[in-house]
Amino acid sequence: MDQPATNPAIDKVNRGLKRRYRAERRFRLCGATAVFAALCFLFILFFSIVSSGYKAFQKTFIQIDVFFDPAEFTNENLATANFPALIKASMSSRFPEVTARRDKKDLYYLISPGASFQLMKLIKNNPALIGQKERIWVSANDDVDMLLKGNIDRTRPESERRINDKQLAWLDTLAGEGKIKKTFNMAFFTLGDSREPEQAGIWGATCGSFYTLLITLSLSFPIGVAAAVYLEEFAPKNRWTDIIEVNINNLAAVPSIVYGLLGLAVFINFFGMPRSTPVVGGLVLTLMTLPIIIIASRASLKSVPPSIREAALGIGASKMQMVAHHVLPLALPGMLTGTIIGMAHALGETAPLLMVGMVAFIVDIPQGFTDPATVLPVQIYLWSDSPERAFMEKTSAAIMVLLVFLFLMNAVAIFLRKRFEIKW
Amino acid sequence: MRTSYLLTTIVVLALGSYFLGRSKAFAVSKSCGGVKALHSLPSHYGMWTALWCAVPALLVFALWNAAESPIITSLVVAGLPPDISSLPPSKLGLIINDIKNIISGNITSGTPSPAILQAAEHYRALQAISVNAMTAVILSLMVAAGITIRNRISPALKARNKVEKLIQLFLFLSSAIAILITVGIVLSVLFESIRFFKAIPLTDFLFGLSWSPQTAMRSDQVGSSGAFGAVPVFAGTAMIAFIAMLVAVPIGLMSAIYLSEYAGNRFRTIAKPLLEILAGIPTVVYGFFAALTVAPFIRDTGGIFGLSVSSESALAAGLVMGIMIIPFVSSLSDDVIHAVPQTMRDGSLALGATKYETISNVVVPAALPGIVGGVLLAVSRAIGETMIVVMAAGLSANLTANPLKAVTTVTVQIVTLLVGDQEFDSPKTLAAFALGLLLFIFTLVLNIIALYVVRKYREQYE
Repeated sequence: MDQPATNPAIDKVNRGLKRRYRAERRFRLCGATAVFAALCFLFILFFSIVSSGYKAFQKTFIQIDVFFDPAEFTNENLATANFPALIKASMSSRFPEVTARRDKKDLYYLISPGASFQLMKLIKNNPALIGQKERIWVSANDDVDMLLKGNIDRTRPESERRINDKQLAWLDTLAGEGKIKKTFNMAFFTLGDSREPEQAGIWGATCGSFYTLLITLSLSFPIGVAAAVYLEEFAPKNRWTDIIEVNINNLAAVPSIVYGLLGLAVFINFFGMPRSTPVVGGLVLTLMTLPIIIIASRASLKSVPPSIREAALGIGASKMQMVAHHVLPLALPGMLTGTIIGMAHALGETAPLLMVGMVAFIVDIPQGFTDPATVLPVQIYLWSDSPERAFMEKTSAAIMVLLVFLFLMNAVAIFLRKRFEIKW
Repeated sequence: MRTSYLLTTIVVLALGSYFLGRSKAFAVSKSCGGVKALHSLPSHYGMWTALWCAVPALLVFALWNAAESPIITSLVVAGLPPDISSLPPSKLGLIINDIKNIISGNITSGTPSPAILQAAEHYRALQAISVNAMTAVILSLMVAAGITIRNRISPALKARNKVEKLIQLFLFLSSAIAILITVGIVLSVLFESIRFFKAIPLTDFLFGLSWSPQTAMRSDQVGSSGAFGAVPVFAGTAMIAFIAMLVAVPIGLMSAIYLSEYAGNRFRTIAKPLLEILAGIPTVVYGFFAALTVAPFIRDTGGIFGLSVSSESALAAGLVMGIMIIPFVSSLSDDVIHAVPQTMRDGSLALGATKYETISNVVVPAALPGIVGGVLLAVSRAIGETMIVVMAAGLSANLTANPLKAVTTVTVQIVTLLVGDQEFDSPKTLAAFALGLLLFIFTLVLNIIALYVVRKYREQYE
């Protein structure tokens, strides 16, 4: 017997079903689009950084024949010799047809001003070279570097590029003779900052970051762990500890620039600490990372089951022994993970360090905690402000290096978590 | 460098005294029937001795270093010829700087006079005396403390309780630092802000419509009036934060819903960490991305449609800031969506609702307080964010509602007012602290509300 589906409610449902499924699909698509969009942004970000910066790991060199004229080395102190003149002489002898003052200037422009330091070092290490002719590779000017990397368009009218037609011709001659080469850019990893893009490197900033983070780590880890242990294991439950707890949660969300204001007013103005140094930067970052470390450490302590504590107390350990011998070792991997994440945060932080004067232009590699220094992210900020095309490339390259550091730190944190995580 | 030697000596001596105390404990235990007769473990006696050795020494060291420079300076100033020491304090400060520069071998301003050279010599001599005296005091203190405590060690001495009390004190002080930081922040911005509001009335600052903090160096200078009306700055901040929220909230919320309700396990384990990478990228990188890629892109796109877009438009900065905040919103919403009990979803599905209807009618309303709390936290983050706006937003304080124009924000103004040379008596520098105070108060209020809402909500389902 047929049962005719005449239930009006079912009909109503069935009529709406198509529309409802459509809405369902639409919503699902929306969600997928959102995830896709976020991942797209990530991809575009990385692509734009890498594509604009990967060329910075190569550097252009020009080969010149330098005659170390003994007439230049009459002074006892060899460093006072006129090294730029030697380079100019060698360029002039290579292109004897260039005679006009203006053209000569253009010709000498092709070689980086840093090349004379290279010669100075050469002579310092080996004074026997004086009076000889030597064939050496010196670094080219940043505009030459940009041209050879294809960042300066040869087809544009002469007035719109930084390399003129004559310089182009000379460079082509040199290139035809195999006297121009591109090699791995060692200078980028070993030098400090410079006004000349081809002489600028990130080693100074890396050292600054290292000293700053060392201060941060050595202060914030012990203090953060101690604070977490007190709050989690010893603190009586009263209003005082409630205030501390709310306070720490709020501190974790205070804008980082406010910590910079604190550092400026307290450490520099009140205590008279030296500006621009890793000490002050490290202290400011300590204050900033402390809440992060405390929160992570507390979570880690919380995950240690109470049975461990009770067992330790049961066999007669004092409370301090229970914490030091049993709870802390079990909670330590989690605390370390939190600390590393806090340190990664500190490594990428820029704004508070601007406030305490770590934006100075510093050429020397810092040798200690009280030398003026800058850090990697601030170096990135400084370079991104420079008008030269070559600095843009350097900025992206420095960002890549910074991201590699951050990636490594996070990888270590994840490894620690995976390796030592205990499922109770 | 002598101080670092001294520090090493302190550590070595403290270690030595640990073993001294420990061996003494063993020695006294022999006469009364073995280690079990001691109140505490031998190592506790060692620790007690070491602590007595090291803590007072370190305290003296810290105090001495803090007090040394001012005392020596005042002694040197007292020894200066009367015509120099009677100079006004600002000039005297310059001379003292010169003296210190001579000592550290730096370049001085001009050739120093013989009187100053002599003072430098005096300074150096005093410094040498001070270092020697400090070394002597600290070492004798350590030896005295070590011997006294060692002689005190007896089986009845409650070394463990004493050591543990001290450690607990250290733990408590560490957690009190959090309070200290807050107090430090409030005091440091408050004092400078009060000085600022003495020069510029509070109402002018809060409701003034023109912001140009360049104060005139000379009275006849043109165009540097020094107007401190912060409304354009607030408006710019609000606009950029609003644009950021327009990007971050829909994308963050939708991806959280998709990942927790729809996505398969495999997709989730890949997509979630990738999203979290966005959260780990330093803000300076976002700033560079905004200035390098997004701003030119928006300007060119605007050019196609015949719109004039500033190269430092609020849109570019807001857009990139939104991207930065996406993972923040999504992970917070993910938490609250997970906290909604599964039984509520099951109930709705059992009544015949589709998944979409379940989410929009049951899950999201239940999670709404938590989501709102998360969004508030994200807003406070957007307002306090610095590097993106410093690199991608402008400096000129335009009061405009057009997102294609350049605007400025509170954090940009703080950075530009404070980076570089600064004198702490001009309202220009102090204005940065006033802005900082407002920023701190505003984000604090937002955070407190958000944390309260989130916590309240969490309790509801636990």
